[in-house]
Amino acid sequence: MTTATTGRTALRGVVGTAHTRVEGRDKVTGAARYAGEIPFAGLAHGWLALSTVARGRIRSLGTESVLGMPGVLAVLHHGNAPRVDTHYIGALGFPPDPTAALFQQDRVHHVGWPVALVVAETPEQAREAAEALVVEYDVEPHDTRLTAGHPGAHPADGVLPAVTGKGDLTAGLAASAVVVDEEYTTPEEHHSMMEPHAATALWDGGRLEVVDSNQGTTWVQSELAKMFSLDESAVRVRSEHIGGGFGSKGLRAHQVAAVMAATELQRPVRVVMTRRQMFSLAGYRSPTTQRVRLGADADGRLRALEHRALSQTSTVHEFVEPSAGVARVMYDAGAHHTANHVVPLDVPSPTFMRAPGEAPGSFAIESALDELAERCGIDPVELRLRNEPAAGPVSGLPFSSRNLDACFREGARRFGWAGRDPRPGTRRDGRWLLGTGTAAASFHAGAGPSTAAVTAEADGGFTVRISAADLGTGARTALTLVAADALEVAPDRVRVRIGDSDFGPATIAGGSMGTRSWAWAVTEAGRELRERLAPGTAIPPEGITVRSDTTALVGALAQKERHSFGAQFAEVAVDTATGEVRVRRMLGIFAAGRIVNPLTARNQLVGGMVWGISMALHEEAVRDRASGGLYAPDLAGYHVATNADVGDIRADWVDDPDPDDPVGIKGVGEIGIVGAAAAVANAVAHATGVRHRHLPIRPDRVLSAAAARTGAAGA
Amino acid sequence: MKEFGYQRADDVSGAVALLAADPDARFLGGGTNLVDLMKTGVERPTRLVDIRGLPLDTVEETADGGLRIGATVTNSDLAAHPGVRRRYPALAQAVLAGASGQLRNMATVGGNLLQRTRCGYFTDLSKPCNKRAPGSGCSAVTGEHHNHAVLGASDHCVAVHPSDMGVALAAFDAVVRYETLDGPGGTPAAGELPLADFYLPVGDTPHRETALPPGALITGVTLPPAPVAARSRYRKVRERASYAFAIGSVAAALGIEDGVVTEARLAFGAVASRPWRAHAAEAVLTGAPAAGDTFAAAADAELAAARPLPDNGYKVTLMRNLAVAVLTELAEEAAR
Repeated sequence: MTTATTGRTALRGVVGTAHTRVEGRDKVTGAARYAGEIPFAGLAHGWLALSTVARGRIRSLGTESVLGMPGVLAVLHHGNAPRVDTHYIGALGFPPDPTAALFQQDRVHHVGWPVALVVAETPEQAREAAEALVVEYDVEPHDTRLTAGHPGAHPADGVLPAVTGKGDLTAGLAASAVVVDEEYTTPEEHHSMMEPHAATALWDGGRLEVVDSNQGTTWVQSELAKMFSLDESAVRVRSEHIGGGFGSKGLRAHQVAAVMAATELQRPVRVVMTRRQMFSLAGYRSPTTQRVRLGADADGRLRALEHRALSQTSTVHEFVEPSAGVARVMYDAGAHHTANHVVPLDVPSPTFMRAPGEAPGSFAIESALDELAERCGIDPVELRLRNEPAAGPVSGLPFSSRNLDACFREGARRFGWAGRDPRPGTRRDGRWLLGTGTAAASFHAGAGPSTAAVTAEADGGFTVRISAADLGTGARTALTLVAADALEVAPDRVRVRIGDSDFGPATIAGGSMGTRSWAWAVTEAGRELRERLAPGTAIPPEGITVRSDTTALVGALAQKERHSFGAQFAEVAVDTATGEVRVRRMLGIFAAGRIVNPLTARNQLVGGMVWGISMALHEEAVRDRASGGLYAPDLAGYHVATNADVGDIRADWVDDPDPDDPVGIKGVGEIGIVGAAAAVANAVAHATGVRHRHLPIRPDRVLSAAAARTGAAGA
Repeated sequence: MKEFGYQRADDVSGAVALLAADPDARFLGGGTNLVDLMKTGVERPTRLVDIRGLPLDTVEETADGGLRIGATVTNSDLAAHPGVRRRYPALAQAVLAGASGQLRNMATVGGNLLQRTRCGYFTDLSKPCNKRAPGSGCSAVTGEHHNHAVLGASDHCVAVHPSDMGVALAAFDAVVRYETLDGPGGTPAAGELPLADFYLPVGDTPHRETALPPGALITGVTLPPAPVAARSRYRKVRERASYAFAIGSVAAALGIEDGVVTEARLAFGAVASRPWRAHAAEAVLTGAPAAGDTFAAAADAELAAARPLPDNGYKVTLMRNLAVAVLTELAEEAAR
């Protein structure tokens, strides 16, 4: 087995070689402008006023006094806002989230539901007026609490079928020498990207222009066109630089508000979300309650597997966190049953968040596997290798490539896993108990149709135009390298322009599919252009442009199980006297297709793993039962990992080019977080002998668990 | 955000006079807490009186072995001061355990003492809070309170004081100096409040936090000489490794002779509405053998008064463990 490393040169060309971000200088010098800071002449500012009650009806809005406040231009609300169309299916196959379809009803469906938009000359005036707006409600009792036995729970499809099943589970468990039957929970988690949502809308010669920060300009363009009953060609959406998205930056209330106000006032209007508003307007990852039952022979081979996951959604929009989907890819058993259930509550609608399904699902199933290894007396790495399926456990389809065993073997070698003493609570460094843990990772590797245009310029350069989105990941740089290879030129001759819906339809930056899908279209157009440019071809002033559309090519992909895989390893230190947990070391080895740019790919993988640490130890949005709103919804109250929480962290990969992709790409956007929280939790169990099945593993939980254990031992 | 005026104060008496003339004005130090509260609408001052230019930015070592710390000394400068590091190392450690480098460069000593609780109900105008809106009720008692007070709280408020610095100051008998006007239109007068009397009991008036006269300006903090503090420690537990408020902290100093505790200083953070001086624990420690049993008995003596809520009982265990750990470290250090 070979391992690609940073310095290794690709077979040919620049794909696979390290390249710093092409826009890096602009970003560190501040020349790169983000959506909320691009100047416009005559700009007005909108501020959203949000509901403070979880369920009820707006009885009255004190708009008159607000209209008299300094600088206030307009107040939009359900009584005067334009009607919009919400009865459509969007580009991702779902109807719009009614939280974003502003002011179409007098009902309030969650705390933070938008009830008005105040537009004023300055953002400070708009904010002051929006906060002064008195809203009276007819309040109704609310239910915001997700519980395992909630009567409203029902099986629900989302991006995956709700239920899969084969074999007799009861018989399989009965015949098993070892059984694990445990419940795992994960809390409500928020994207918390650095840059808040911001959009400016203006009408320009009968055309709606929206300058935004989003994960797909043609995605937002098509949603706005449908909602406002406009021709798509009459809407242009741009989004040049993006400070993180993680699934949250699609159609949201801020764009709709800006469009409504710009239409009403016939001047440019900007709407920016505050950090606190993001906690109710920007989507989030649902909390989950998951039950996993595993039955295995004494040698650890699975006979029975059941994974049932429950998540929440709003009462007005169904989004399913498909946590139970993990085992459909990862592990086979004669009796194999998985189900995703959802319960509607008086809460905002959750949405896609980095590794939807896999992130919480892998915590449950990979913790359960660790418990199984413990009870079987088998090394956790060996247990996983013994349960490698030959084909998709549910689909029966072949894997395009898997290489999970290579990830585990290489990871175990580099982490120093061999000879690990499985006994818990036996290694100490001063006040710290030490432990190690591992977990497997997988994430779907897909491609979506995209169009691209590549132009040979008269000056000898090349311009690529594609409505791709660089969320900060380095997509622009990756596409520069891909285009250079397709054109067989040096990357400094290639200029990549992205983030403009006028460049034509393209897959969004999501589902770990962006770079692969765009690279495909860029490669097609680039190769064709190169072939057209016979030596001596004269380039006219307007250049020579070749366009591509990969719809047919992507549609012709054979049905296979297509995924990235990985093995996560963590070493933790736990002080059971204070409950503090520190992650000292972490290593992830991934099989994630051909790596286009080792620098930025490693950033993404390590970023995912850091988020896994954060998920394991820190992140948790707490819902206040009395009000139904969140407790302390800001970055002081919602903790993400700091630098000090991240020890020696490394990500690397094994050779795993996708045979069905022209560049060999699979995608690295989400795989890094998958399994990471389980690896940390498994390491905590190894360190202390106490299993934590409820995230995050907070100091009070470690302390209470340790105290309970001591108490039990003393009794 | 409400529009507000801004004025730079040239001298202490001028600053005090400006506030006396406008009771809805606020002094602006580093602004690291006040400006946040203005953004969320908890504070709505008519005017900010910027005191950062006042000559209160020095740390002086007094001849008797104490320190005089000016109110506008930044956290960074305080923690870096050689006199602080030598005479009261726990104070430097406490300051460095708080916030981030950027915030410590801005935040000031006076503001640190007057910072408000980070209780999530206090900072959320849509929810009841007796501290912010007297009589509206306490959301935390029946709501989210896993990081709330276990000592000295009341049914009206269970918020904790967030300061790290204050915990060390409490252990070392700090005295707060201030300047105020002796009556409306009066003349400037200086006053002093021991830190022990600076914060008011919660009772049924959690919105009244300090004994400072209205409009008074903190001009500094005096630390009386405390040779025992030369060997002192601060340890803080929080929900991540950095940049978070404490869920429990301990400032401690031990004088030990022949294996017996001759002098003890102990204060707890993040357990009460104020930095909590552990007098009951000190009484147990003083004169007792410097050993684990003594330390545990001392912690238990202090925590006997704890009244935990359903979700913060762990703090009693945490503070016991933390106090024992820190005192043990100090005893081991003394024995070396």
